[in-house]
Amino acid sequence: MIDREQVLHVARLARLQLTDDEVERMAGELSSILGHIETISGLDLDGVEPTSHVVEVSNALRPDVPRPSLDREVALSQAPARTADGFLVPSPQA
Amino acid sequence: MIELSAKQLADAIARGDVSAAEAFETYRARAAADELNAYTWVAPEGTTAAPMSADAPLRGVPLGVKDLFCTEGVPSQAGSRILEGYLPPYTASVVQRLAEAGAPLLAKTNQDEFAMGSSNENSAYGPTRNPWDRERIPGGSSGGSAAAVAAGSAPWALGTDTGGSIRQPAAMCGIVGLKPTYGSVSRYGMIAFASSLDQGGPLTRDVTDAALLYGQMIGQDPCDSTSLAHPETIALPTAERLDGIRIGVPRADLAADGIEPGVIAAFDATLQRAQELGAELVDIELPHAEHALAAYYVIAPAEASSNLSRFDGVRYGLRHGGDEGLMAMYTHTRHDGFGDEVKRRILIGTYALSSGYYDAYYGRAQQVRTKIADDFRAAFGRVDLIATPTAPTTAFKLGEKTADPLSMYLGDLFTIPYSLAGLPAISIPCGLSDGLPVGFQLGGPAFSENRILDAAHALEQAIGFEPLEIS
Amino acid sequence: MSADVEYEPVIGLEIHVQLKTRTKMFCGCELSFGDPPNIHVCPVCLGLPGSLPVVNARAIHLGLMIGMAVGSELAPRSIFHRKNYFYPDLPKGYQISQFDLPLCLGGKLGDVRIHRVHLEEDAAKLTHVGESGRIHGSDSSIVDYNRGGTPLAEIVTEPDVRSAEQAREWLNMLRVTLRQLGVSDVNMEEGSLRCDANISIRPVGDTELHTKTELKNMNSFRYIERGIHAEVARQIEIVRSGGKVQGETLHFDPRTERITSLRSKEEAHDYRYFPEPDLVPITISAEMLDAARAEVPELPTARAERYASTLGLSDDAAKLLADRAELAAYFESVLEVDSVEPVAAANWVTELAARLDEGDPAGSKVEPRALASLIGLLSSKAINVGAARQVLDRLVAEGGDPLAIVEAEGLGAIGGGDELADAVAAAIAANPDVAEKIRDGNMKAIGPIIGHVMKATKGRADGGEVTRLVRQQLGL
Ligand SMILES: [Mg+2]
Ligand SMILES: [Zn+2]
Repeated sequence: MIDREQVLHVARLARLQLTDDEVERMAGELSSILGHIETISGLDLDGVEPTSHVVEVSNALRPDVPRPSLDREVALSQAPARTADGFLVPSPQA
Repeated sequence: MIELSAKQLADAIARGDVSAAEAFETYRARAAADELNAYTWVAPEGTTAAPMSADAPLRGVPLGVKDLFCTEGVPSQAGSRILEGYLPPYTASVVQRLAEAGAPLLAKTNQDEFAMGSSNENSAYGPTRNPWDRERIPGGSSGGSAAAVAAGSAPWALGTDTGGSIRQPAAMCGIVGLKPTYGSVSRYGMIAFASSLDQGGPLTRDVTDAALLYGQMIGQDPCDSTSLAHPETIALPTAERLDGIRIGVPRADLAADGIEPGVIAAFDATLQRAQELGAELVDIELPHAEHALAAYYVIAPAEASSNLSRFDGVRYGLRHGGDEGLMAMYTHTRHDGFGDEVKRRILIGTYALSSGYYDAYYGRAQQVRTKIADDFRAAFGRVDLIATPTAPTTAFKLGEKTADPLSMYLGDLFTIPYSLAGLPAISIPCGLSDGLPVGFQLGGPAFSENRILDAAHALEQAIGFEPLEIS
Repeated sequence: MSADVEYEPVIGLEIHVQLKTRTKMFCGCELSFGDPPNIHVCPVCLGLPGSLPVVNARAIHLGLMIGMAVGSELAPRSIFHRKNYFYPDLPKGYQISQFDLPLCLGGKLGDVRIHRVHLEEDAAKLTHVGESGRIHGSDSSIVDYNRGGTPLAEIVTEPDVRSAEQAREWLNMLRVTLRQLGVSDVNMEEGSLRCDANISIRPVGDTELHTKTELKNMNSFRYIERGIHAEVARQIEIVRSGGKVQGETLHFDPRTERITSLRSKEEAHDYRYFPEPDLVPITISAEMLDAARAEVPELPTARAERYASTLGLSDDAAKLLADRAELAAYFESVLEVDSVEPVAAANWVTELAARLDEGDPAGSKVEPRALASLIGLLSSKAINVGAARQVLDRLVAEGGDPLAIVEAEGLGAIGGGDELADAVAAAIAANPDVAEKIRDGNMKAIGPIIGHVMKATKGRADGGEVTRLVRQQLGL
């Protein structure tokens, strides 16, 4: 149903490192779960509108009025690595 | 004091029999002494609740809050290693609202990681124990809240329900849990699992407490685009009878595999009582309910895979592999920070949304969702409320289902349809099976909470369930 | 394909425009440019756990105005999607954007069709800092989330552009249009207008579309033109040498004129779009449409066409005025003064603008009435062109009434009377060698004589009249 290669591909998309053991185990578990999910593939759903919102509202709009921002020290306080005024990350170009 | 329900405690405070400070300290000490691992943070000794107005409707009855809700300056870890020690700079709207209404933050309760689970075994901070039997799970994902309320270390607590995470632990712990109409309670500040399904709600000792707390939780929030004003104010339930109420029973769904006989027995006995109270029982069909689980296990993981992308080691939380470049930082942080169940769901969700699979999975699941909502609409044309057991089993043993994720998922079969349709449902304790509580679920149309609470109240009186003795 | 086949470029443009709202797309943080890093941030635009987006009504309004300006069909119902990918400038791990139900569909600006206009949020700013002490052994970057969440309109064209020059000219037209709409600062240096180009080539006469490449984020009009040139040349080279163009994302380095691939193939994106569950649909009401329509002014292309067809201006003159809203407005206020001839008015508004750099003539000391009166003096031959320019200089410096200036300065034109004839005679007498050349048939040598006359009359003489008198006095 879902093989090692697919697990690795999806894990890469999801930015998840998996050990070999985990890949093996996930392939089995995901296959069993997907096997159950497959039951909806047999349903006749032609012309049925998909539901992405159960609430029947639209235009929940906000006026263009400024609200206070966070203090920079507060914003940076939880960062795993930071400089005086920014979030420090490994460079994407490296 | 600890034998009082939250409503009774509020009344006692109002009368001046007890002070709010006394109530807070009593429960604070009980929560601090908890042995069930129900809490991930308890207000430190000497904490004084923020001042509230003298007529604050909740009077100072302290509140346990599921760790999924952000609380400013207080650890909000969502049961995950990836948020260990995380201190948010803001408080969830509903927690703020309840504090202003007179329910100060007592403690943060343990939960399955990011609310993914039905047993609380998926908490990075260790499983919570069921106070009825410490070898057993309290249910999940709001297991900490349920165990805390059942054990009397919190007068009441907040939970969140995505596919049953309030109702199922309420059932397992012999208390009341209400999953409200989607949109009636603000999600702002509630760490997202599956945005189109998540809904906060109360876990309480009785139905009256559920009505009292829920009545203060509702209201449109300008910070949550999907929130709605409730068309009714929530009244404290008074009904003693069920005359004229038509209760639908989806008989076919009750014949599914894996439903324990003890659960069916307690359920049938409760239906019998409902009839005695004047209710009319009507057999109904929810033809697509059997596909609800499959649709749910596409939609919830898909949304979760996206919602959990923000845990990337950049702005908050755990960072591993930061010295080995950007890709390593992402993949190691997320490998080490997320538990197995979360990884599983991220992978399923990513797969279901990925190129070439969207229509077969996510698209179809959203169509099934439409059919399920249609089924309910049709049913609620004939009946006022629908009754099922809350869960097919009572609390199972720790470790019993961890090896087989699918068997754990199957436990949500009665709760998930309401989640997909955004409808309200309550779980009340309806008896014991082998000494363990059984939950009775009553669901209704959108915004029918008053009707549900009234019916649940009448049944509660008739059932006379003996709660766990509080020590 | 053989070497003698002629190829034509097929180019589609994707333009990201930062909208001129006060606050961000989904939160109340103020927009900023050049402020200290990370001071305009909140739980929403930092993507903190539990935070939720709420759509800025003004962004929808500005999006509708853009749609109206380019003649789009405005969707009665549109929704937002999540576009999922990981990057440090994207705090939630997804961008909230529009996918299959955008705000505006179709349209046209000039001769390029618009495919769609949709709304989305901008990414944060990443600054590469090289090796840092904090992260050992690898280069690091600093993230500033001030820009993150800025409302963007993405305008996508059909592949109707056929050359780099056309791309540059069309983008300029778009920029002028958006500026006059008032929806954006459209400043490429500050990044409020950014452009990607989708480029392919095909043999001339072919109607199929071939594999395209995407040239990313060129941040000046010059670079866009040069980048497209370079990429078209690169593709022709590949095809001529028997190769195939690979669909990929490219970067143009304006310093080296080199084109490099941005992403390797195994990094191919799978954005996993799905409807944003945290937002509800946008349904456009009649009130929203009316409000947007009321704010859309007459736009440059329509205005230029009106100037050319109903006022008789040349295409160039019409475009010159129409492209700068402030010139057009001033031009029209000059025309409102009685009986001013439009072509002359256009010329003199342009003259005036040239003396004001980029400034708005409405803010200058030159009243539209004064400019109209100056044009009147000129057309009645009361003054000559040179004098008119002198008057204009005075008006720019001090303001005032042209007629009063002419009288005070004695700038009135000298007619055909004796005064001018005497001046011409004196000039001929002072330049006998020039007179000799003219007698020999070299009329072009007349310059020094005219100069002499102008000097003697303080510029008030009419050049044509002087020439006539010279010929007369020399007996030609
Ligand atoms: Mg875009
Ligand atoms: Zn913000």
